[in-house]
Amino acid sequence: MERFVIAILVENQPGILTRVASMFNRRGFNIDSLTVSETETHEYSRITISLTGDDAICRQIVKQLKKLYNVKEVKVMDKPKSVLRELALIKLKNTPETRQEILSAVDIFRSKIVDFSPSTLCVEITGETSKIEAFIALVEPLGILEMCRTGVVAIERGCHYLNSDTSL
Amino acid sequence: MILTGAEIVVETLIEQGCKTVFGYPGGQVINLYDALYTRSDRIQHILTAHEQGAAHAADGYARASGEVGVVIATSGPGATNLVTGIATAYLDSVPMVAITGNVPNSLIGKDSFQEVDITGVTLPITKHNFLVKSIDKLADTIREAFVIAKSGRPGPVLIDIPKDVQVATYPYMACPVAEKKMPKKAKGDKLSRAAQMISEAKKPYVYFGGGAVSADISTEIITLATLIDAPVGCTMMGLSAVPVDHPRYLGMEGMHGHYASSVAQDEADLIIAIGARFSDRATGNVAKYARKAKIIHIDADGAELNKNVSVELGIECDVKDALQRLISLLDEIKHPEWMARIAELKAEEQTQFEKVTAKDRITPYALIQETAKHTQADTPIVTDVGQHQMWVAQYYPFQNPRTFISSGGLGTMGFGLGAAIGAAKATGKRTVLFTGDGSFGMNLNELATVSAENLPVVIVIMNNHVLGMVRQWQTLFFQKHYSNTDLHKRKTDFVKLADAFGIRGYRIQDLSELSDMIAKAFSEDSPVLIDCAIYEDEFVLPMLPPGGCIEDIITERGDQ
Repeated sequence: MERFVIAILVENQPGILTRVASMFNRRGFNIDSLTVSETETHEYSRITISLTGDDAICRQIVKQLKKLYNVKEVKVMDKPKSVLRELALIKLKNTPETRQEILSAVDIFRSKIVDFSPSTLCVEITGETSKIEAFIALVEPLGILEMCRTGVVAIERGCHYLNSDTSL
Repeated sequence: MILTGAEIVVETLIEQGCKTVFGYPGGQVINLYDALYTRSDRIQHILTAHEQGAAHAADGYARASGEVGVVIATSGPGATNLVTGIATAYLDSVPMVAITGNVPNSLIGKDSFQEVDITGVTLPITKHNFLVKSIDKLADTIREAFVIAKSGRPGPVLIDIPKDVQVATYPYMACPVAEKKMPKKAKGDKLSRAAQMISEAKKPYVYFGGGAVSADISTEIITLATLIDAPVGCTMMGLSAVPVDHPRYLGMEGMHGHYASSVAQDEADLIIAIGARFSDRATGNVAKYARKAKIIHIDADGAELNKNVSVELGIECDVKDALQRLISLLDEIKHPEWMARIAELKAEEQTQFEKVTAKDRITPYALIQETAKHTQADTPIVTDVGQHQMWVAQYYPFQNPRTFISSGGLGTMGFGLGAAIGAAKATGKRTVLFTGDGSFGMNLNELATVSAENLPVVIVIMNNHVLGMVRQWQTLFFQKHYSNTDLHKRKTDFVKLADAFGIRGYRIQDLSELSDMIAKAFSEDSPVLIDCAIYEDEFVLPMLPPGGCIEDIITERGDQ
């Protein structure tokens, strides 16, 4: 089992997210995270899906996605040749006993405190999923009150583009 | 030319070559029906008894003709009644366009009267669907729907049109019939590899599915098999693509397939699968499926390659082109030992058949053979779903492609009568429906349509007063607990029923009447119904138990 990140360029039309999500549901493929957003053109939206599975499942998902109308491009991101990022907001208990430990973890992980109240503090951390998960593991014993994550977004390095019509 | 949306819909249907539509009117399609009324000299509308029947009719029309079948229904219940018909077409890759009316845009999302999100409902059972929110996209959307329905691996497309879009006006200009998009051509190196694998094989087996019917490759299949000296088998959906009496033909394989076909597939060292998708009914236990064989899979849909079984070589392509090119790469090969083994298997199958087929009562086999004496090579043979369907699949002597019309993937009981209406309409020919008392009971309201249109449909009910297929499983796997499968209490008199709809009915209860009664029924031009009594514990044999493999094959009824 491996974690894959699939980038999908879809026509910017109502219902397209449902079509993509419904395909995963219907075929029994599990999604770890899903993000959808605008792109460089109004014509297309970009969906990034991360999932855990084997090669065969990943290949089948790509084929099923390509069958959907309104899907322009599908690409399994080659991780070493891509930038992958995720953002998490993590609300922790703010107590005199834990504060110092949290602050040093924040420092080591190059994250930042974005909210601070007498009893809580909130950390914003950005990075690859593995970094975020390492941070979470570190602060979990200190009391996580609330957490939300954006899911992975990914872009290829250099002159490679998801949209095959794009060039320099 | 400025037209209303409703008029644009009908004009675009006519423009795209649609001559017959099936449907049922209602509140949100009154405008559409008005446009049909004023154009009835150019497009015919067949009113069915129920929207489900209309959907199956459009499906049967498409299967019999190869054209796109079109069905119209109103919003809400009209649209949801289409769902089983659309799913049936989707699972069997049948080109269909379903048009539904919906409440006006301003009322969408408010749980208005007869409002349902039919594009949401049909999302997983259509190739694609559209909600047309503005009239400027209407004509092009319908054209696109036809292209999607018939291109590549065909399938159903739904177009939902709110009432205000039907009422609005917009300029319309006729366009030529939109051409279907062909799948890409196979890569040369893949075909060379296929040729290499074929030349190395000692026991090749050519295997085709429904894709062979839609790609029209009967000739190519026979040429290939003859060239490489291989037997030919098929899935149920492939039936009728190769004539049953062809010497290389072994028939359908799978759960109720022919013995020789299933065993040959198990013994083969190379399976050349064309337009088939390795469904569980065809393979049984996938882990034990064709263990000795390498598989070459040629299909229009790349998503089918390696989906259900792993294959040595998968080729996503225009199947007809690929086969023609593959044939040109091959030299004639002979496999005398393999073909001798095939002959042996066929003989074994014949012995088994003799052993299990009674001679002293009306067997399904006798009924089918007797019926076939009165049909032609191009007679559409429609079935419902259940034991009778398997018997027809096993025993009917199909000659021409597109003459076997049956719900394979979804296995829709109640499919038959609607589909027979569509097939009769598409071909203008006498059409035979084989059905069972269970399946027929599901949508027999369509007798009204058969009668109203005076369609030359011969309905043959194999009446065993039980839900025979489930009963067979209950006998074999559930200690004869005949839970809710005994229909004796119903006392339905199908002859009187036919009479009530203005259709002549015949009853056959004894073997001695069989031949004469069938001849009598077929001597009429109008619709007829034949209620033929058969034994309630007749089995469909052979049977590969669900999830089983070739070693588990049941060829005799035993002492159950």
